[in-house]
Amino acid sequence: MTIAPPAPKIAPPAANSGGRGGSVTWMAWPALVAFLTFGIVPLIGVLLLSFTSWNRLSTDIPFTGLDSWRSVLSDPGLPHALWVTFLIMALSWLFQTPISLLLGVFIAAHKRYRSVLAVLFFVPLLLSQAAISITFKALLDPNFGLGAGLGFEFLQQDWLGNSTLAMGVVVFVVSWQFIPFHTLIYQGGIRQIPASMYEAAQIDGAGRVRQFFSITLPQLKYTVITSSTLMVVGSLTFFDLIWVLTAGGPGDATRALAVDMYQRGFKADLMGPASAIAVILVLVGLALALGLRRLGGRDATASQLEGL
Amino acid sequence: MKRRNFLTLSAGAAAGAALAACGSSGPSESTGTGSGAEAGYWFLSGPPGEPIRQGAVDRFNKANTGGQIKVTTFQNDAYKDKLKTALGAGQAPSIIWGWGGGGLKSYVDNDQVDDLTDWFGQNAAVKDRLFPASFGPATINGKIYAMPCETVQPIVLFYNKEVFDKLKLSPPTTWGEVMDIVPKINAANIAPFSLGGQSRWTNMMWLEFLFDRIGGPEVFQSVFDGQANAWNNPASLKGLTEIQNLIKANGFVKGFSSITADSNADQALLYRGKAAMMLHGSWSYGIISAEGGSFIKDGKLGYVNFPTVEGGTGDPSNTVGNAGQFLSIYSKASDAQKDTAKKFFTSLLDDTEQQGWIETGGVPIVKGADAKLAASPDKDFLNFIYQVSSSAKYFGQSWDQALSPTAAETLLDNIAKLFQLQIAPQQFADSMNQVIGK
Repeated sequence: MTIAPPAPKIAPPAANSGGRGGSVTWMAWPALVAFLTFGIVPLIGVLLLSFTSWNRLSTDIPFTGLDSWRSVLSDPGLPHALWVTFLIMALSWLFQTPISLLLGVFIAAHKRYRSVLAVLFFVPLLLSQAAISITFKALLDPNFGLGAGLGFEFLQQDWLGNSTLAMGVVVFVVSWQFIPFHTLIYQGGIRQIPASMYEAAQIDGAGRVRQFFSITLPQLKYTVITSSTLMVVGSLTFFDLIWVLTAGGPGDATRALAVDMYQRGFKADLMGPASAIAVILVLVGLALALGLRRLGGRDATASQLEGL
Repeated sequence: MKRRNFLTLSAGAAAGAALAACGSSGPSESTGTGSGAEAGYWFLSGPPGEPIRQGAVDRFNKANTGGQIKVTTFQNDAYKDKLKTALGAGQAPSIIWGWGGGGLKSYVDNDQVDDLTDWFGQNAAVKDRLFPASFGPATINGKIYAMPCETVQPIVLFYNKEVFDKLKLSPPTTWGEVMDIVPKINAANIAPFSLGGQSRWTNMMWLEFLFDRIGGPEVFQSVFDGQANAWNNPASLKGLTEIQNLIKANGFVKGFSSITADSNADQALLYRGKAAMMLHGSWSYGIISAEGGSFIKDGKLGYVNFPTVEGGTGDPSNTVGNAGQFLSIYSKASDAQKDTAKKFFTSLLDDTEQQGWIETGGVPIVKGADAKLAASPDKDFLNFIYQVSSSAKYFGQSWDQALSPTAAETLLDNIAKLFQLQIAPQQFADSMNQVIGK
């Protein structure tokens, strides 16, 4: 280091910094370091593990090539787990998006009682997923739950013991927790829309419904994409909630990929196949995130406010 | 401590596995094992066991100022995960508490625990005072790898006497009687059997008994021994069919597949009179006496051995369950720690500890413990358990504990589907045959 002659200091060409003076790439370092340490390094570890047949106990890890991948890909449990994952994803998107959008519109208006409600709506998001799941599990208990306690016939279903109902409960509880979050995103998006647009529409004689479909919805295009990306990619990792509510059951009715991964890895001690599923989860998540970005059109930075 | 906490936190994610793998593979200054001659000892928290285990350690530490035992407690499921992660990372405690059988075998296969056969040879007195049956799950390939301890816990059929009196029924002694009284109990709007089906091993106990009563211990033994297509045995298929018949006849409480055993909701169903019977481990007695108010005091809890099955060849005295709990010595612990651990083993199940277990409704695995039972207010139940355990021609081990974790997980998965009527007996046998010997 000390042997090298001091490099002549030449000012970088101005074009490089865009005229703002000084490079700002260093600002990305803290995030990059954290991402590499906690995102990429474990990911590489999992990728390597998927080519082994480690059993968690042994301190040496046998390399077995594609064995784990072969066993996972030939297992009928994998298409089932994928199906369950996508079903939860689709149903929770279908359930959450319209409700969050409408609630977002509702609380975006500057009225005091709506601000109070907005705070109340936010409460479920503050609770831990495990706590929510335990509570719902207790409420839905077929013998000691809400239905049995209040004596309402329609509540006395086998909520978590019937395959269809259990799936519905999982989707409901997920939505119950995350609707506030997406409502908040939509509220922010709606408040960004210039009021002049609505004023112009009013002058043209557009009603509230027409305004919603012709101004609010198109203007929220990127908000919808952001919110959907979070929902879709987030739903891949639902584990704690399903684990506490149904443990993947009844049978394997709610055994999503993340649950399948846990059971293989931490219950059956098959770290190789579990890691292979983890890699599949990452790939599916990346593909979905990229696909949703594409939906936003070629140029995601294009302005929506042209002509204003 | 820091490092271990970090591993714990990340254990939930697959990333944790990778980190643990990258961790030390050689001997390390681990915190789990304790330091110097201090031996680490991890066991399950919660009543009734925790205070008794803690008491045994406290008495040992008081009597031995040299090598001490350092205790860390965990909840059941957390313990299983934590221990495996610690073993994989080379940081397990000196004394490993466990259930013996397949789990112990997986430690043995990975050279994680010490062979204690010679030590028991030199200390015959330690070995001879315990139930011989308790050494079954501690013995792998003819060698003893664990010290049996604590209590024997057979699975028995509990019933609610009040419900049976009201309906003028008597507890079933044959499978035919079981099928016979199910509609009668259902007619009274009471569930015939309570079951915490989401826990899966609870369902498994039914199959363990049915297989044994129909075809004897040989049926499962052939699976355990790795015989090809062992699950296709006619006795096995009959057992699987019978359990589905019972499910179809609404033999189990509504919603059983969403009830967990951890929450003790299955026990509550029995003592609250919402279910008439429950097949469960003898530890249920302690739970019911703690949570069931005066249910036991009022003499409402009945118990019998599992019914016989007509035409079955299994001995009706056979039982299944836990023949004991097991303590192994971590192979990577230092010699001083191992000495402390062995010294601790010889101090186990002294009179105070035996008395402690008896008070929780458990029968210690010590020969002649029945003499101590008479003084207990729970002597009827304790004598029943002692008699079931000591007179059993065969004391079967829980299947999920006898098999390797990999095969056990497949088994539990298929049992859940079988009880959900999602798969037929033959499909069950087919998918189980594929994992025989794995």
